[in-house]
Amino acid sequence: MAEREKLLEVKDLRVTFGSKRRPFTAVDGVSFDIYKGETFGLVGESGSGKTTIGRAIIRVNPVSGGTISYNGQVISGKVSKAVDRQVIEKIQMIFQDPMASLNERAKVDYIVSEGLYNLHSHLTEAERQEKVSQALSAVGLLPEFASRFPHEFSGGQRQRIGIARALIMGPEFIIADEPISALDVSIRAQVLNLMSKLQKERGLTYLFIAHDLSVVRFISDRIGVIHRGKLMELAESEQLFAHPLHPYTRSLLSAIPMPDPVGERDKRLLVYDPSVHSYTPSDPPLWAELEPGHFVRGSQRELDEYRKQLEQ
Amino acid sequence: MSTPTSSDVILSFQDLDIRFTLRGQVLNAIRGVSLDVYRGESLAIVGESGSGKSVFTKSAMGLLDANGSIAGGHIWYDGKDLTTFTREKEWLTICGREIAMVMQDPMTSLNPLKTVGDQILEAVLLHQDLRGAQARQAAVEALAAVGIDDPQRRYKQYPHEFSGGMRQRVVIAIAVACRPKILICDEPTTALDVTIQAQILELIKTLQKKLDLTTIYITHDLGVVANVADRIAVMYAGDIVEVGRCEEVFYNPRHPYTWALLSSLPQLGVKGQDLYSIQGTPPNLFYEVKGDAFAPRNPQALNIDFVERPPFFDVSPTHKARTWLLDPRAPKVEPPEHIRHLRQKGGYPHG
Repeated sequence: MAEREKLLEVKDLRVTFGSKRRPFTAVDGVSFDIYKGETFGLVGESGSGKTTIGRAIIRVNPVSGGTISYNGQVISGKVSKAVDRQVIEKIQMIFQDPMASLNERAKVDYIVSEGLYNLHSHLTEAERQEKVSQALSAVGLLPEFASRFPHEFSGGQRQRIGIARALIMGPEFIIADEPISALDVSIRAQVLNLMSKLQKERGLTYLFIAHDLSVVRFISDRIGVIHRGKLMELAESEQLFAHPLHPYTRSLLSAIPMPDPVGERDKRLLVYDPSVHSYTPSDPPLWAELEPGHFVRGSQRELDEYRKQLEQ
Repeated sequence: MSTPTSSDVILSFQDLDIRFTLRGQVLNAIRGVSLDVYRGESLAIVGESGSGKSVFTKSAMGLLDANGSIAGGHIWYDGKDLTTFTREKEWLTICGREIAMVMQDPMTSLNPLKTVGDQILEAVLLHQDLRGAQARQAAVEALAAVGIDDPQRRYKQYPHEFSGGMRQRVVIAIAVACRPKILICDEPTTALDVTIQAQILELIKTLQKKLDLTTIYITHDLGVVANVADRIAVMYAGDIVEVGRCEEVFYNPRHPYTWALLSSLPQLGVKGQDLYSIQGTPPNLFYEVKGDAFAPRNPQALNIDFVERPPFFDVSPTHKARTWLLDPRAPKVEPPEHIRHLRQKGGYPHG
């Protein structure tokens, strides 16, 4: 694991909202690394803070504690203009709902190249158009589509436009925030395939945010499970599915619907109840690595139990 | 729960044709569909967006848009042909009272300006013979019945004070407060998280048993319905292409479109390989569809698929599919390898 190059390092990240007197902590003490060329899945229910982490990385949400570094350089908090520009260029985001995330009144041509305008990249009109048509062909759309409006496209095509808009900047790292939750099953497959194709071609690194573990398993190399702003478990995806340790991970796994009626009928739904932990000041929750690359949050007593489970 | 073999039909669609007129053009949204819904069962209608699954069920509640009309066929409910209904007053005897609906998005199907309690009360006053304190009591009980804690306090709250899953519970409470015989759930969990989705499906199942409901699920995700459906109807381009008991459709699918739907589930994906995805787009229903509507997207389509529309072939008394592959003269085409062993792939300990 040591030979892999760290691209993004999140350390003790804390994000709070609201006034100073009554702060609401959305993300609390989250640490993880993302290596170059991998897909890191971040899974949790709505309100768990997974999107907030993504937005903190691209400097939309201010960070109130901890640091985020990209390529060894701190990009959270106050940074120079040059670093800010680098973040805009190298880190891009794909959004959840393609119906809502595209400007209804702008043509595809403008939507896709808006990032270039914002960056004041001194391109001639011909160069810009060339870039737009390249980005559109890369996501499997015809360059002629540039003169159309978003309402002329289907859901899957709109999501492709969203991806083209991210690609045109020539990013290294893409944050995909629930990119397929709003899509039909058959279109989901197309968008996922496109994302892995682009990853292979361009050596992209993904942070894939989702609530559905079955999708994340298919696309991710490593998965972090987040609940109420705290990471619960982090492991390579096959490890996580083979030996889920934290009760919350288990409840998420039990909720995956399987296309197997007989199996489903016998299935028992596990509901996670945080009160099973009973953390005390003398036995506080720790973040520990139980086997190489497999981290879990738990008190000393719980960790001992998890170790026993792993040995079995 | 009754078995599909019982002849106890509660709602019956016969040769239904539904058309929409759009800018002078005619769109054939539903093309000659027949389907029986049995009392007490739970039926899932599965298809891509635009396949007509919502329009199909909405026609039984008189909720078609103004430019849509039933161009042919019958819908039988309780001895009445619903296609002959013309006035709002006639529909009000069915809509809500006999057949109620849970919509997809709980964020938009509740009125943000009225308290949750008032919205349930509205349904109670309209459909149950209760007034005043009794009606209010019934509304509070409806909230408790869908698993909302502290219903007395929640009664006075507004939709924005509820989470997505809780809002969907409220929508279900409103639908059930009408005391319907049939509950139609139109993508009830698409807007929700996986954990919440499982809980909502569980809730609908419990209510179905308790209140003796017949439920119709509409969804695009075959993976979701394995747990809840007794029977499954697969819909494509305004037509039902395969219908059968849940196990039959999952373990022995016969129509190439059902194969394609099952194949594209990410649960079955193998890492490092591309997920199966259906090529092409659904046919344009403004034009007449010739032959099997799925043929242009089906790599194994037979020549006859492009010429003549296949009839239904019976696979078993409860299972039929509309594909020429089931004709005795057709060549033998096997379903894709990775959906042949769904039974084993479930991965859960059985027994």
